[in-house]
Amino acid sequence: MSKPFLEVDGLSKVYPDGQGGELTVFEDIRFALEKGEFVCIIGHSGCGKSTILNVLAGLDEASAGNVVMNGKEIKGPGLERGVVFQNYSLLPWKTTLNNIVFAVRARWPEWSKEKVKEHSERYLKMVGLDHALNRKPSQLSGGMRQRVSIARAFATQPELLLLDEPFGALDALTRGVIQDELVKIWEETRQTVFMITHDVDEAILLSDRIFLMSNGPNARIAESVKVDIPHPRARATIFQNPAYHKTRDYLVDFLVNRSGSALPEKDGTPKIVEPAKGAARSTPASAESDTESESETAARAVNA
Amino acid sequence: MASLNVRAALLSVSFLILALGLWEMATQPPEAQTGLTEYEMLMGGVEQESRVPPPSAVIKLAWAELSDPFYDAGANDKGIGIQLAYSVYRVLTGYLAAMAIALPVGFLIGMSPLMYKALNPYIQVLRPISPLAWMPLALFIIQDSDASAIFVIFICSIWPMLLNTAFGVANVRQDWVNVARTHELGPLRTAITVILPAAAPTILTGMRISIGIAWLVIVAAEMLVGGTGIGYYVWNEWNNLDLASVIFSILMIGVVGMLLDLALGKAQKLVEYKE
Ligand SMILES: Nc1ncnc2c1ncn2[C@@H]1O[C@H](COP(=O)(O)OP(=O)(O)OP(=O)(O)O)[C@@H](O)[C@H]1O
Ligand SMILES: [Mg+2]
Repeated sequence: MSKPFLEVDGLSKVYPDGQGGELTVFEDIRFALEKGEFVCIIGHSGCGKSTILNVLAGLDEASAGNVVMNGKEIKGPGLERGVVFQNYSLLPWKTTLNNIVFAVRARWPEWSKEKVKEHSERYLKMVGLDHALNRKPSQLSGGMRQRVSIARAFATQPELLLLDEPFGALDALTRGVIQDELVKIWEETRQTVFMITHDVDEAILLSDRIFLMSNGPNARIAESVKVDIPHPRARATIFQNPAYHKTRDYLVDFLVNRSGSALPEKDGTPKIVEPAKGAARSTPASAESDTESESETAARAVNA
Repeated sequence: MASLNVRAALLSVSFLILALGLWEMATQPPEAQTGLTEYEMLMGGVEQESRVPPPSAVIKLAWAELSDPFYDAGANDKGIGIQLAYSVYRVLTGYLAAMAIALPVGFLIGMSPLMYKALNPYIQVLRPISPLAWMPLALFIIQDSDASAIFVIFICSIWPMLLNTAFGVANVRQDWVNVARTHELGPLRTAITVILPAAAPTILTGMRISIGIAWLVIVAAEMLVGGTGIGYYVWNEWNNLDLASVIFSILMIGVVGMLLDLALGKAQKLVEYKE
């Protein structure tokens, strides 16, 4: 069997609990990612999702275990891994364009000024921000800032993209629009993405697989849920697919009823689940149901 | 309705006229020789020199001085422009030397908790020393009054810059440092492209405080070492009992101090950013 693109082996994180003892946030985390996969991870607050992502990014160190990417152990941050932070983390003294230029120049120092600029503008255009090149982040809305942050991460074409609740701070309408943009960019680039989210619908829309984490302390990645819905997907039509509902019901049931007690396989790898196995695979796309579903989504977004 | 600025300017001018008017009235010479007390008769009348001069006299002097600020008629008689230029030169020299040390050391202390802990006790002891207390030691070691004054400026302007730089650098948001780390910037590139712009507003605040203190201290330092400079000039005119010149030079000290502060304020605006 060939080695996977990214392999996480026996990761755990231990903090002092403040009373002389120790607190194991998560332990024996094991999973693998294949090249080009989009994987979301869901779990209750505090179970250690951000910590795992920061270990993958090289910004944090695990207490035990290791991460191997492309056959090389990850030690410290690197340009082959791009990160989108929850709070955008744009440099506020730089313009939108220069925030991207900063990243592109770091990635390809040998490029000419024109080439760097042209490349940066292309990615800003992808997220629909080519009209705001010379504005500072403080002059942008939250949604626009997160778009810049996403453009910055994609512009450096990392082998692995790490997204920590990228839409967590956005309102439902904006979130929907940017999700669509993310789907579009991802369909174009097919980069490997590892993303944290709290939103079940978002996870189903975007991922090939969804990792479910049990509650901490001693949290584990208990299950790996396959999302059996073909690409390209669209937010407006995806819930017409019967697989969508089966997957969604399964995820919600896990989060509500089973996240406290769920365990992975004996060997520590997540249990592989296919809740929509056998469900119809094609997406019906008649014009009527399309318009109907669009207004329905809009209504849901407004009510959210 | 006139704009706020216009109304404020009108009010300012009225205050000025009122203050000058009161001052002028309070300093009128008394009616000559009427109702002299016995004591005053013994003293030969009211002595003109001992009264504060009226604003009209100060303005007349200011006009004369400012119409030829750079004349040089020997060691004890130089134009106000020359005296101010000496002071500004000393302040800027000492200030730039302080900057050359405070900024790199501040960066070092701000980035390394080890260096911070190691150097902090010395900073805490040296900082509260009045800069003028260094003067005798400086005169003895340097053996040159001009360089000693510059040294005193150096020592008084170094602390706000050093501490603000260290504080600004140490408190750069971890998120921005993480952005630099995920883009594999080396320590030097990180310092220049991320930490310096992020800490610049705090650093500039320190530099602005320093220039203010330096300008306060130079007057006192020049009163001590003598020779040239606006501080020496004030003291010399006091010895000559030329109070109009004393008042005029006090005003000039204020004006130059304000200009220095304005310049740093402009620089501060340039590096400011909104989060
Ligand atoms: N420096 C620290 N010292 C002690 N405990 C810590 C420290 N940093 C994080 N923790 C603990 O580690 C756990 C995991 O934190 P983490 O931020 O990874 O959670 P998360 O799953 O991302 O949560 P959320 O969904 O709310 O973002 C938390 O329970 C937190 O209390
Ligand atoms: Mg988190």
